[in-house]
Formats: sequence, structure tokens, C-alpha cells
Amino acid sequence: MNQNPAIGHNSVPKMTARNVNVFYGQKQAIKDVSIDVTSEHVTAFIGPSGCGKSTFLRCLNRMNDTVDGARVEGRIELDAQDIYAPAMDVVQLRARVGMVFQKPNPFPKSIYENVAYGPRIHGLARAKADMDNIVESALRRAGLWDEVKDRLGESGTAMSGGQQQRLCIARAIAVDPEVILMDEPCSALDPIATARIEELIDELRGRYAIVIVTHNMQQAARVSQKTAFFHLGTLVEYDDTSAIFTNPKATRTKDYITGRYG
Amino acid sequence: MSSVLPERRPTDWASPAMQSRIAARYRAERNFRRLGAAALVIAASFLAFLLFTIVRDGWSGFLRTEAKVEVTFTPATLGVDPAAVSGPDGKAVLARADYLALMNEAAKGLGPASGTLSDAAWLGLRDQLLADPALLGKRVTLWVPVRSTIDLLAKGKFDLAAPADSRGVSDREVAAWRWLEQQGRLRTGFNSAFLGNADSTEPELAGIGGAALGSLFTLFITIIIAFPLGVLSAVWLEEYAPKGRLADLIELSINNLAAVPSIIFGLLGLAFFLNIAGLPRSSPLVGGITLALMIMPVIVIAARVAIKAVPPSIRDAALGIGASPIQVVFQHVLPLALPGIMTGTIIGIARALGETAPLLLIGMRAFVTDVPQGLTAPATVLPMQVFLWSDDVQRGFVEKTSAAILVLLVILIAMNSLAIHLRNRFERRW
Repeated sequence: MNQNPAIGHNSVPKMTARNVNVFYGQKQAIKDVSIDVTSEHVTAFIGPSGCGKSTFLRCLNRMNDTVDGARVEGRIELDAQDIYAPAMDVVQLRARVGMVFQKPNPFPKSIYENVAYGPRIHGLARAKADMDNIVESALRRAGLWDEVKDRLGESGTAMSGGQQQRLCIARAIAVDPEVILMDEPCSALDPIATARIEELIDELRGRYAIVIVTHNMQQAARVSQKTAFFHLGTLVEYDDTSAIFTNPKATRTKDYITGRYG
Repeated sequence: MSSVLPERRPTDWASPAMQSRIAARYRAERNFRRLGAAALVIAASFLAFLLFTIVRDGWSGFLRTEAKVEVTFTPATLGVDPAAVSGPDGKAVLARADYLALMNEAAKGLGPASGTLSDAAWLGLRDQLLADPALLGKRVTLWVPVRSTIDLLAKGKFDLAAPADSRGVSDREVAAWRWLEQQGRLRTGFNSAFLGNADSTEPELAGIGGAALGSLFTLFITIIIAFPLGVLSAVWLEEYAPKGRLADLIELSINNLAAVPSIIFGLLGLAFFLNIAGLPRSSPLVGGITLALMIMPVIVIAARVAIKAVPPSIRDAALGIGASPIQVVFQHVLPLALPGIMTGTIIGIARALGETAPLLLIGMRAFVTDVPQGLTAPATVLPMQVFLWSDDVQRGFVEKTSAAILVLLVILIAMNSLAIHLRNRFERRW
């Protein structure tokens, strides 16, 4: 949790982005985006395919570093610390800013090992008992404990898609992050599993700053408090979710949420 | 726009033209299937023919004919003093005794077949006496190996109906063999010397033990050099190398290197390891390094394919919770790529095991009569032994050649089975 109580307050941003530009080689994918992400809120990024919302999300924990030819300009801060500064340790950054991917991607290891892997590489647990506690609490918070407590030794890849995605969420929260980035976490799931993940996001909101990329506008409306609408690499509008969906200021936003295009 | 186009008539699927087209399609399908089956049958019959001839010629190579002789361990013939034998270094005295004279003495007892015993038959006498010194002065009955010609006669390898000058065996030898048979002095048993001995000028004494051990030493060097170098190169190329002209150039070079004729690597070994580095000629050390260079590109290519096949989502998952690049490689990518890497490595090693050409140039075709004692001792390898024996004019080496091929094939099949087993055992699905 946050050491500084003020950071948890709505008005103090957890992450801030200022004038961010992203290039893939010659092509500019993100144009001059500035946005604040606050704790205890779910922020949804919506927009048509190829609008850059996933690209921007991957800037927030520097996952774009692994993409050849990707270049990020501008300033992104986590707790007022520049995450692209040379002094920033990427490994630590990604522990603090966790990520859940579009397709559930558990390691081909046991359920226990999937959750224990993060804490182990970051040295968060000394004794076996500590690790057991971390694994249990992460699985409980991900709402998976009752389903898997008797088969922790089974392979994580043998579960259903929805369970796999919750396992991935458990794996992310096991390292005790401050921000969780979710890149279309429900796009590969059926409606029941999707509902389960949405509930889970709502429960997790009190503890983490959550950023979710989604194609599904109903989902954005259901789970988020803030919504950012991206179009052609620019941030068109960023406001409270209720304001975006009931009273959008920009025409493009209005056209998109009413289904005119997208 | 459509005004000039005539109205399209509905397709008549039942028309004779359509029916004949359908029949033709089925016919083409059937013919193609038959063609494929025929190709397979031809390939399989070549393989069956190859295996059949090798087994037919080779199985008798694992057998050896022995003759029964009566030997009296006379101290005078042996040239030893019975008093010294019972002394403190009696064993040493016995080991130096003249067993050849003793054997010649014993061979006289075989009458017309006195010249049929192998030149190395005295070794059996020595072993017998050293094992039990109390036999000194006593008369015992022993089975000792016979000369290759008698061995082949006993195995029925000569056409005795052919004229004497073209059948490859003299009347005297035939008579001697007949006499031994009538006396019931011949038996055929498993030839343990073939598996244990090194090469020899006498077919009945030659074995593949030396070559097998030479192959083992050579492959040991090959594996410890080629596997880590190949896998680390592949990891660097896949995970760290900057994409661009240089990476393309390296990729092209590796692919070309894998296709370079193996004798070129032999020339490199000769020029560099022997002439410049001064490493010992004919040794498994140099052979192993040379073969390692040869199979390294194969391992690099197999490892790169295996690493590429690891889904990017696993890399993302590990990076996403803060694994460092080296942790991603060693804890996720390599374990998942290992079955593919192992398969490639074992196929490369199987190729190295069967390789002859580069080893010719670094002196491993030497005639080595001792089982190699170490990595720097002169040695030969299994395929080289096949090559040397197939070149020998003595008739007894024909079956030895095929028997050695059988041993080589059995080892190759075992290695390939291991590769398949490892792949199935460790392959993970997701």
C-alpha cells in the first residue's frame, strides 16, 4: 500500500503522463498524450482498433522497451518519479506497475508456482510459510482460492480461460503492485467469465490504481470511474466515465460511443 | 452496365460433362494416392535390402570358432624355473614365460591341423596359467581361437564346389578343417574379443572396442564444446542481437556453414589444430573439436527455431511481473525450448558419430591396435573402422565390416530413439 496517505487521495495522481509521443520506426503511434491516473480508481482507455490505446498502456510499465524500433518521447511519472529516467530500474518498475494481458498467459507450471514466481524473483518471501501466505492471499483476492485450493500443484494451463485470466491477475497482485494495467483482459473470455473478472476489478479498485484497455463500451461504463477516449493516436477526451457516456464534449467521442464508427 | 451481359443460366450439376469432370477428379485423387504409396514402398524396400544384406553378412562377425587343444604346462617349454614361480614374484615370472613355444608344442598334437591356431592363441594359455598358477606342470584341455580361414570354413563362407584356384582357400586348409570337424574339436561361440579388442591385422583378433571408445571420447569433446557454444549463440542471436544487416549476415553465414561439406572442416582442423596449435595428431581431442565446429551450426539453427517457437506471451508474462531479461531466458524460454534444442543436438551428434571425412584429414584413420587410453592418445572411430576394414584385402574382414556397421546402426538408432523420447517427454503444450 501507499506509504504516503496523500497519494491515495483522488486528487493526487498516481501516474502522470505529459506530452507523450510514441514512434514505431518512422510511424507515429501516439501523438502528444497527457493524462493522470489516480489511485482507487479504474481508468478505462477506449477507442477504435489501432487508435494507440494499447500502445500507450504499454508505455506505463515500459513494455514497449522490448519492441524493436519503438521510441517514447515526453515524460511519464510514477509517484512523481520519471519512469524513463536512466536511474529507473525497469525490473522494479514492472513489479510496481503490474500487467494483465489480452490472452490469458499462465506459465506452463503449477498454479502455486505461477503465483509464487513473482514474489520469488523479487525476494518477497524468505520462508516457505511466508510464500504460502502470499500465494493464498493473492489467490483469495483474485477470487480463485476456493476453486483451486485443493489442486495448487496442477498445471496453470489446464484451467478454463476465465480461471487462467484470474490466475494471471493473482500472479500480478502477488508482487504487491501499486498500479495494475489490463490490456483487454476479457476479450478472450465468455460473458460469464467476463462478469466474474469485472466484479474482481471492482473489488481490487480499493487497493490499486487500475488502468483497463477495452473494446467494449458497456464494460468501460460498468467498471471504470474515469474514461479516456483515444482516436488516431491522440487523446480526444478524458473525463469521469459518467460524463463521457452521458454528455461527451467532443463530436468524435459522441459518434464513437453511439456506434457511429469503431 | 449489365445490359450487354446475357442472363446467366443455372448450373446443371447433373450434366454428363459435369459428371465426367467429377469422375476425372476422383481418378486423379486415386492415382496420386497410389503414386505416393509406390514411392514409399520403393524407399522402404531399399532400406530393407540394405538392412538385409548388412545383417546377412554381419551377424557371423559376432561369432568366433575355437578349437580344442590339449596343453601341458611344461616348465621347460615355458622356460621358467618352478622354484621361482613359487617365490615372491612368481606372477611376474609366469607373465614373462614363453607361451608361444608352448602353443607351438600343443599345436603339434593337432596333427594335420597343427597350423590352424590363431597367432594370438597363446594369450589364452597365458590367461589360464596366470589365473591358476597351480596348473604348472599339469595337462589341461583348452579352447583357443583358430585362424580366420578355418573360422570362415566353419561358418560355411567358402564355396567348396568351386575349383581350388578360385575359391580362396587351399586344399590343405580344407583338409585341416575337415579333420578338426571329424575329431569334434571345433565349436562356435560368441566373439567377446570383437566387442572388446581394438584393430588388428588378423581378422579373428580384430575388434571394434577401440573404435567404440574412440567414438565415445570424440563425441564427449564434441558435446561439451558444441552444445554450450551452440545454445549460447542461439540465445544471443534470438534475444539480444540488434536486428539489422549484421544479424542478417550472421544468419546467412550460419546457414551456409551448416551446408559446408564436412571435409572442409577436416582441412581446417589439420591446418589450425594440428599445424598451428600443435595438438596431438589422431587424437579424440582434435577429432572432437573438429566435429564440434561441424555440428555447431546445426545446433544453433535447431536452438533458434526452438527459441522462436516459445510463445511471446510467456516472455510478456515474465517481463510483466518484473523478471530480468536473463531470468526470462533461463527460467522460461530455455526450459520451454529445451526439447527442441535436445532433438537438434542429438541429431547433430548422430551426424558427428557417423562422420568420416573430416577425421581422415586429422589422422584418425591410423591403424590403432590399442584401446585408446585418453583424450590425447591415438584413436580411431566407428565409421573409420568400417572404412578401414572395408578396404582390407583379407576375406575375414568382410563380415567384420558388416558387423561393425550393425554396431554403428544400433548406436545411431538408440540415439535417435532417445531424441524422440526426450522430445515427447518434455514437450509442453499450452
